[in-house]
Amino acid sequence: MATMIRVDVQQADFDLSAEYALIRDIAVNPGAITLFSGLVRELPDSPPTGQSLTLEHYPGMTEKALQAIAEQAADRWPLSVCRIIHRVGTLLPSEQIVLVATASQHREAAFDAAHFIMDYLKTSAPFWKKQVTADKDYWVESRDADHRAAARWQSPSDS
Amino acid sequence: MFSIQYFASVREQLGSAGETLEASGQIHTVADLTAMLAARGGAWTVLEDRHAVLVAVDQTVADRNRALTGHEEVAFFPPMTGG
Repeated sequence: MATMIRVDVQQADFDLSAEYALIRDIAVNPGAITLFSGLVRELPDSPPTGQSLTLEHYPGMTEKALQAIAEQAADRWPLSVCRIIHRVGTLLPSEQIVLVATASQHREAAFDAAHFIMDYLKTSAPFWKKQVTADKDYWVESRDADHRAAARWQSPSDS
Repeated sequence: MFSIQYFASVREQLGSAGETLEASGQIHTVADLTAMLAARGGAWTVLEDRHAVLVAVDQTVADRNRALTGHEEVAFFPPMTGG
């Protein structure tokens, strides 16, 4: 099945319902559309005012990495649409950071592909988060849990 | 000529977003290039820490033993934290 893949890296926010309407329009006989959106968390131990998250990326490589992840998902599951939007720049708590949307004839493929894309994106797309609070700023460290989440999608044969 | 880029915490530690470097006959791999940069001392030695710093060659993550011809874009950066 040919999968329509579209990947964007942008500062601007995205409109979930507009993305959904577009996917619904172009997907071939969709039985299921999964939309995942990631949001900026508020740090509980720090005053909410002054908090922000700045996302740096590697222009050029980022788009390639996201495209490669989407293509892997399309090879693995029967998807008619695969859409990724990742924001960069400075974002405030509760703002949207990332959208992953997948359309398929069946829910398992749509769910699993979106989950796979998010898990891979966290560890293999060149984005870096800097957390800013009222009194300090620091680079977010990569988490072992994220690497384990990505590793569980590997089949025993490709490890 | 190598086009070298540094990102995120690596960029801040080095105080540089990137540079171009004349290809020399002594640089055959990513490890060779890294050793040459690390020889500057100070913050530059972090580039040899394989857990703290990842390398991409021509915008694809690469091993330290990856061969170089002298015309690549090489980037150094910390583990990724997107999503």
